[in-house]
Amino acid sequence: MCAVRGLTKTYPAVRGRRGAPGTPEVRATDDVGLDIRRGEIFGLLGPNGAGKSTLVRQLTGLMRPDAGSVEILGHDIVRHPERAARILAYLGQESTALDELTVSLAAETTGRLRGLDVRRARAERDAVLQELGLTPIAGRPLKKLSGGQRRLACFAAALVGERPLLVLDEPTTGMDPVARRAVWSAVDRRRAERGTTVLLVTHNVIEAETVLDRVAVLDHGRVIACDSPAGLKEKVAGEVRVELVWRETAPLHVPEVAALRDRAAESGRRWTLRLAPEEARAVVATVTGGAAFAALDDFTLATPSLEDVYLALGGAAEQGLVKA
Amino acid sequence: MSVVPADVLPGGALAGAEAAGGAAELGPRARLWPSLAAVYRAQLSRARVARIPLLFVATFQSIGIMILMRGVVDGGEEARAVVAGSAVLVVAFVALNLLAQYFGQLRGSGGLDHYATLPVPPAAVVLGAAGAYASFTVPGTVVTAVFGCALFGLPVAHLWVLAAVIPLAGAALAGLGAALGLLAPRPELATLLGQLGMSAALLLGVLPADRMPEPVRLARDLLPSTYGVEAFARTFARRPDWAFVLGDLAVCGAVGVVSLAVATWAYRRAAVR
Repeated sequence: MCAVRGLTKTYPAVRGRRGAPGTPEVRATDDVGLDIRRGEIFGLLGPNGAGKSTLVRQLTGLMRPDAGSVEILGHDIVRHPERAARILAYLGQESTALDELTVSLAAETTGRLRGLDVRRARAERDAVLQELGLTPIAGRPLKKLSGGQRRLACFAAALVGERPLLVLDEPTTGMDPVARRAVWSAVDRRRAERGTTVLLVTHNVIEAETVLDRVAVLDHGRVIACDSPAGLKEKVAGEVRVELVWRETAPLHVPEVAALRDRAAESGRRWTLRLAPEEARAVVATVTGGAAFAALDDFTLATPSLEDVYLALGGAAEQGLVKA
Repeated sequence: MSVVPADVLPGGALAGAEAAGGAAELGPRARLWPSLAAVYRAQLSRARVARIPLLFVATFQSIGIMILMRGVVDGGEEARAVVAGSAVLVVAFVALNLLAQYFGQLRGSGGLDHYATLPVPPAAVVLGAAGAYASFTVPGTVVTAVFGCALFGLPVAHLWVLAAVIPLAGAALAGLGAALGLLAPRPELATLLGQLGMSAALLLGVLPADRMPEPVRLARDLLPSTYGVEAFARTFARRPDWAFVLGDLAVCGAVGVVSLAVATWAYRRAAVR
């Protein structure tokens, strides 16, 4: 239902001014190609600055690409960006346009601006607020709500006035588990009843693994992999992740530990290693017995996550993905 | 979490089915007047949450200026100019300054994306917001005008003309404010331009014109709020010359149309980059 071909956008270099260094030209999306199928939850995963938001802005008609094509449900969005608003609902990261409205008015106004008449807008508003459990706080301004509640209210506004495609940019940021569940069950209901498609931007690996049907991994503006989460994880199925947390410093006087240092990604007291299962077993045996054990605070042994996939694929960001 | 596999969904997986049937039907477009009304209503409701303190500030500022000028001006022509200028200053404060700040912040923070991803005509967003900000000025302008009449002993018989002055001066100044806010590359710049516009309205509108040097008087003629001030000031005369009042109001209206059109263009430009 959504086909993206060769999408490219380059931000021009900014010349440095007094006191502020210039930035070089940045290719925010680089020849991106995607096919999103009807009714699936398709994810864009990548670290900060990977080009997720730029890509979404181009898909929603907010930004013109330098080259490439975007076709959603048969409509050319590059040539007719104004049609995007009539096909999709977009939940951006910013809520400034709605912040000073009450939850109820934010949802109703958004519905009216999606072309609903007053009666329909009010009926849909009531149904969506009920569905998401927002009715008790319907009369409160978004500004006065907690981050998660505000996010949920914005999500409610995105749902008023049916659209076959929902583009959600980190919809569950700051939400408690109850609110998250409300979001995903609302999404599921729309998929089951109307075949709604969801494009989800996230850098939350756990959420990506649990809700997505397929995921495109972005790095430096390029799609470096695109598959189901399980399919992606198979690519690194031969590896196990070992995390060691030392009490104070690593016991480098133990030769086995010193030998591991080169292969570990260090972050403070934490060492992260990606190893073959046999090696991992040997490492665990080493650190849980003998001299190293006295210096060990905690250790975990885990099967690969999407984060490991990202790093294995050559994701350049040192910090990997953010794991919430 | 998600329990519905994509394959079992109605029409799932078969992208080709859509291609065969041509492009899918688009959702409805929001029409101009209903969406303008919706934006206007939403913006008005913001007054309750965010704008009330500043509306008081606008009124107190004008009342304070009139009290200050009371010591300098005795009455007659100059008193009319001061009262009219102070009343229209409330409009400039809210419609020009605050609206420029609002759109500047909305643009700077990415809040415009919300409107830009809804099928709403740009004019509805701009006119709805401008209309709401012009409405915010009504109580302050009326209070200032009544207080000024009492302070300087001016007749209140023709205060009804505010019913024309506020919307027309409001349109001109709100359009200017919206355009400044949407064109300013950074929110701080929008704030600065809004403040400068208001200062200009203050200095050029409240101070009696015949004491100004020639270049300043020219600047005064270029400022749209001047015509609102003049129209209002003329109605304090014993026998107002209604033709001139209408002429001044017509200038306000024309500037309003142009500035709102520019603001709409600026919105389009700011929304899609």
